[in-house]
Amino acid sequence: MLHRDVSGAVGDTPLVRLPNLSPAGYELYLKLEGANPTGSIKDRVARYLLEQAEREGRLHPGSRILEPTSGNTGIALAALCAPKGYKLTCVMPENTSDERRRLLDLYGADIVFSPANEGSNGSVRLARELAEGDPDVFMPFQYGNPANVRAHYETTGAELIADLPEVSALVAGLGTGGTVTGAGRRLKEHNPDVKIFAAEPEYGDLVYGLRNMDEGFIPPIFDAQVLDGRIKVDSLKALRATRELIAAEGIFAGVSTGAAVAVALKVCTPRRLPEGSKVAVISPDGGWKYLSTGAYDPGDLTALAGELEDTLWA
Amino acid sequence: MERESLRESESMAIEVRVPTMLRTHTDGAKKVHGEGETLRELLADVERRYPGLGSAVLDEGGKLHRFMNVYVDDEDVRFLGGVETPLSDGIEVSILPAVAGGS
Repeated sequence: MLHRDVSGAVGDTPLVRLPNLSPAGYELYLKLEGANPTGSIKDRVARYLLEQAEREGRLHPGSRILEPTSGNTGIALAALCAPKGYKLTCVMPENTSDERRRLLDLYGADIVFSPANEGSNGSVRLARELAEGDPDVFMPFQYGNPANVRAHYETTGAELIADLPEVSALVAGLGTGGTVTGAGRRLKEHNPDVKIFAAEPEYGDLVYGLRNMDEGFIPPIFDAQVLDGRIKVDSLKALRATRELIAAEGIFAGVSTGAAVAVALKVCTPRRLPEGSKVAVISPDGGWKYLSTGAYDPGDLTALAGELEDTLWA
Repeated sequence: MERESLRESESMAIEVRVPTMLRTHTDGAKKVHGEGETLRELLADVERRYPGLGSAVLDEGGKLHRFMNVYVDDEDVRFLGGVETPLSDGIEVSILPAVAGGS
């Protein structure tokens, strides 16, 4: 397929059936967002965030963008910013994987680290503080920018309907809430009976170590009304499903994909979905960026899950 | 205390996982046990045993606090029956604060 530049290659990712992992009576389909130019679903979001800002006249060559991100959004923004002459500062937790830092370095982005023990909450807090003190930076703020939802409404959701019009359910991870809100809304407009399930990583104690309730955070763009269920997945279950995906289907995906697949397997019961249902699952990225975390190392998975609890989802 | 431990051996079938910020109410324990046929009853029960713990999960109106997520068998109770979600023995209840997800 020919594109005028790399941003044209964002989206239109493959949707593949999972013949071996699908439980009896159900069909699972996995949308491989790792096939996007920078390797994650965030290419869609970055493109929409930048195009929206450009339409509003908020960006010009030399502008600085500042965004809280644990990696994928930053990498996607960096790739799109470089050719346009925008500078980028990513605020990310200091315990994110080495690959993500190196990729951001390579693209010329600046990184400001937020404390590991504050998780993404800390990145959001710090990015807001930095942006407030500097009128020359533009913060797209993926957690609160409707362009994030629109990216998934107009592209992710639309592609799912085009490829699988008879889809009965969607399972996607919960981070900013952009995917479930945008794609979920689109699917429910297509067919109000479609069920939307969010797979929520169960972070380590570190991330949940808020000092008080006032530090709680719900992304402003997340619309819980779209959801039919929100199911948490611990590190072990996510790692196990990630490994099963490799062994059974030959798909090397990130651990968030494992979490979504684990939830998809859980909701395939007649109590929730009639037999014969086709369930679309979003794989936000491939496993490449996480090799250095040890998530794919040999050895006992239970021990590994315990060791990685605080870094797996960072 | 004796009465407590006696009761504990009888039927304290529901395990409640406690987030870091609420462990001040549990002497640092990550998991406590309680009983109740609904989440509301369970929260009232753990409030009796660990004053401050059950009430921290609810707002003034008795609903789930906006920044508190409670999961029964891994599922957010807001999509089940809220505080009236029925519980059964052996089920796991987790309390987690709402935090920003990685992205």
